Amino acid sequence: MELLPTYDRYHRQIILKGFGEAAQQKLLHSKVLVIGAGGLGCPVLQYLAAAGVGHIGIADDDTVSLSNLQRQPLYSMQHIGQLKVEVARQKLLELNPDISIEIFPFRWQPQHCVEYFPAYDLVVDGSDNFATRYMINDACVLLGKPLVFGAVGQFDGQLGLLNALQTDGSFSCNYRDLFAEQPAENAVANCAQAGVLGVLPAVIGSMMATEVIKWITGIGILPMNKVIVYQALSQEIFSISLQKNTTAAALIPASIENFLAMEYAWACEEPGAKFAISIPAFYELLDSMEVAVIDVRNYDETPVIDGFADRRIPLSLLENHLAELDAEALVFVCQTGVRSLAAASLASKMNPGKSVYSLQGGMEAYCAQRNLNHHE
Amino acid sequence: MEVLFFGQLTDITQSPKLTVAAAADTDSILQQLHAQFPALASATYVVAVNGQVIQHNTPLEANTTMALLPPFSGG
Repeated sequence: MELLPTYDRYHRQIILKGFGEAAQQKLLHSKVLVIGAGGLGCPVLQYLAAAGVGHIGIADDDTVSLSNLQRQPLYSMQHIGQLKVEVARQKLLELNPDISIEIFPFRWQPQHCVEYFPAYDLVVDGSDNFATRYMINDACVLLGKPLVFGAVGQFDGQLGLLNALQTDGSFSCNYRDLFAEQPAENAVANCAQAGVLGVLPAVIGSMMATEVIKWITGIGILPMNKVIVYQALSQEIFSISLQKNTTAAALIPASIENFLAMEYAWACEEPGAKFAISIPAFYELLDSMEVAVIDVRNYDETPVIDGFADRRIPLSLLENHLAELDAEALVFVCQTGVRSLAAASLASKMNPGKSVYSLQGGMEAYCAQRNLNHHE
Repeated sequence: MEVLFFGQLTDITQSPKLTVAAAADTDSILQQLHAQFPALASATYVVAVNGQVIQHNTPLEANTTMALLPPFSGG
């Protein structure tokens, strides 16, 4: 009898009032696609796999880095440099070998929504940028898929069940009914810039997994037309009601064709992104011409640069020192590559003839790359 | 009346909760807040009144709670 170990595995939830074998069967036959295997994705994936969601898709193009481990406990030291989706699949199958897992190790694009969403019952958005968030939302609206979204920043988080079919046949509010227009990516600082309490995505991700399980099994009250907001510092939860927003509806592409033609990444590209230089290209540049590397972080920021010569001029003071920089090419560096973009824009404006660059990902990426090279 | 702030808006206000002088409508409160915290004027957020997101200027009654909720990008 193959049923027995299955029954044993899920016993603690099967015996719940209103759950039973029927709800468990619904979970075992469900298909959930989780986009983003980071801070929110980890707890969502772990609890959905543990609960017996029969088929889970995981999309993420990122590799594990040391700064992920503070809030992504699916990964360990030995996984640094490996694809998150590969590690996640292995760990989840160790946890529950009775489920199946499909991985998508690439940056999610509009055509992937159209190709893969129809095969899933529900989509989970655990992404870390607005381009992906708005793309997933619009695709779910166009394709009629329910969406559980979550987002975190510093000490606060938000989540909600969006675009779910209601008893009257209409769909509940979506992300654009809350925030109609896609903000510029640099208008709202991300976790790398503003920080995030490590346990916060675990709280929000677990609440997201709860809503996925409730939606699949039909238990409880679904938080439709609401966004739930959680403040870790006060341990307060707020439920904020939404209503359909006509401005928002007009911003969603009218058809799949229009959706595929949307430039979500473009809409929120940071000004000055054209100055970005990758780490390998940066090394080549150092070898090929006279380069001045300017660290635009404040004087007290660490780690200090080693491996190449640099000069530190905090961004706030840069304008007064630009005239002194007479090297053929200027490369600006900061902690994550955001301030250095602003510095490059400024330098290019003040000195249009000069080659100006901003080191992509900043010192965090540089140090991660160097550690990786040491490991190899 | 009470105004709640979330996420990075609390970096601007230095507090998740402020008590402000009562006013006739939400626009008046926002004007008051923008004068006190100029950085709020350029921040992205939606306004909720008594737990309901509003899309237009809304009259306020006594004992109303307003909340300013920004989008979060992190995952």
